[in-house]
Amino acid sequence: MMRQLILLLLLVAGSARAELVIEITQGRDNPTSIAVVPFAWSGWGSAPEDVAGVISDDLERSGQFAPVKLANMLSLPTREADVYFRDWRATDVEYLLIGRVAGGSGMTIEWELFDVFRQAKVLSGRESGSAEELRMLGHRISDDVYRQLTGIRGAFATRILYVTANQRFDAPSTYQLTVADADGARSEVIYESNEPILSPTWAPDGRTIAYVSFETSRPAVFLHDLDTGIREQLTDFRGLNGAPAFSPDGNSLALTLSKDGSPDIYVLDLGSRELRRVTRHYAIDTEPAWMPDGRSLLFTSDRGGRPQIYRVDIATGKTERVTFDGPWNARASLAADGRTLVMVQQKDNQFHIAVQDLQGGRVQTLTSTTLDESPSVAPNGSMLLYATKLGDRGILAAVSVDGGVKFMLPSRDGDVREPAWSPFLGDP
Amino acid sequence: MKHFFDAVSMTKALSVIFAVLFTVGCASTDTTDADAQAEADAAEARKQQQMEADKARMEAEKARMKALEDAVAAAGNVVYFDFDKSTLNSATRRVLDAHIALLRENNGSVRLEGHADERGTREYNMALGERRAKAVADYMAVNGIARYRLETVSYGEERPAMAGSSEAAWSKNRRVEIK
Repeated sequence: MMRQLILLLLLVAGSARAELVIEITQGRDNPTSIAVVPFAWSGWGSAPEDVAGVISDDLERSGQFAPVKLANMLSLPTREADVYFRDWRATDVEYLLIGRVAGGSGMTIEWELFDVFRQAKVLSGRESGSAEELRMLGHRISDDVYRQLTGIRGAFATRILYVTANQRFDAPSTYQLTVADADGARSEVIYESNEPILSPTWAPDGRTIAYVSFETSRPAVFLHDLDTGIREQLTDFRGLNGAPAFSPDGNSLALTLSKDGSPDIYVLDLGSRELRRVTRHYAIDTEPAWMPDGRSLLFTSDRGGRPQIYRVDIATGKTERVTFDGPWNARASLAADGRTLVMVQQKDNQFHIAVQDLQGGRVQTLTSTTLDESPSVAPNGSMLLYATKLGDRGILAAVSVDGGVKFMLPSRDGDVREPAWSPFLGDP
Repeated sequence: MKHFFDAVSMTKALSVIFAVLFTVGCASTDTTDADAQAEADAAEARKQQQMEADKARMEAEKARMKALEDAVAAAGNVVYFDFDKSTLNSATRRVLDAHIALLRENNGSVRLEGHADERGTREYNMALGERRAKAVADYMAVNGIARYRLETVSYGEERPAMAGSSEAAWSKNRRVEIK
């Protein structure tokens, strides 16, 4: 059975900007033992970042690895010539990662991964970038190691968006949209307002985002270029302007508008700015999510009395109901495998994150807190982030898509909500 | 106001005195002058009467408007809903009726802000808040308030009136605010 871990990992290591600190609450039974030895540093002063620590925390957070503690390492090799496999075999370590960071005008990391039992080097690599990118270089090494040892592409070198609300009843509330690394570090507030911000979402290019802002005193969809900081108000229709979702090719945006009466799903061509109405029903139709082929959309509708997930073919308008388990299902999204549907499910007056296999139909509840919402799946489909409550505080939490691994990302202040996991950034 | 009417009375008293003095001073004037004087006095009296009637009407109107405003103040600016519902119950209708009675007397616009509690997904709650605001707008429109005066906007669950995750907080947050 699952092993309950009570590990508190300080991933933010002295970075005052970072807001979220990860606490792993549940890991797997037999995680792979790996030693990530502190990397050698050559350059001015001390190393600006503990790269080995970044990698070690990444692997631990996946739930599939148990990194060896520094105190339990019998030797601290940083070069292949210094590796004595017996030091690691003696403590049942399965894999060993060593490396060297060289600092100058830029940063270069060289690293090697060894299989202790086979006594062989299984992978090596070289990463370079600026000092500010050092953590990201570490995440890329985590991605390579993860893929080598699990066969699954890693999603550590990705970013997340989330909204932090400081609700005030005696003064104007503040709402912040933040982008951070997937581990919560290097957070940066990219937009702040006294009016609500919601539904942040990534374009497939990983550079453009869309979200809903009430800054005009009404909801409107905005595009925001993360590189330039340039914002553009995309919609200003009467009524609802919400739930933006980029198509897989990035050329269109599905959204919810109520300009023609009740909330319906529309698709906006981002090039021609042509708007196409997709659903036409007096009930609530909202929360569109694209199927991988870009030809149909999943959406939430209460046309049957209570919210359920439906699928509509954009060209023909043909609509079919997708969820039948439980009286209340909403906010569907699809994992990269094209068949794992992630949603929010209400049962016995509690809201949980659940997954449904679109082919087999089987539904599995992944979370056990009572007010879980806004699930967002990692681009490799391994984990999903969601929003929940810890006491009266809104926090982010993560769970593996099979339910086996769980961790929380509590914030220091404010209600954190609506995580959106970026697509893969850069080349595979 | 009181001073104004005192001034009117004063003016009236003075004009009577002047009229008497004038009459005495012009004892030799003919009857045409006397008739004209009588007419002027009558006109003055009518004017006075009219002013008093206007004043009474104004006072009555003011009292009626105040009653309507008091009714709105007593009813409050917020109506509440059941979970996942946008139906107006009789208590809600009574509140809205008070607002409608006042709105019929002016040309002001109303902003109807729909809200949901924190349960359920955010965008669905945004739609639910709009449905509630529209239910209120429909009721007002049916009762004679022109559509162009009614603006609806939904804040979903983004702006709770009360913090916390209790039924007490939730019931305060499922609401439409009349602004």
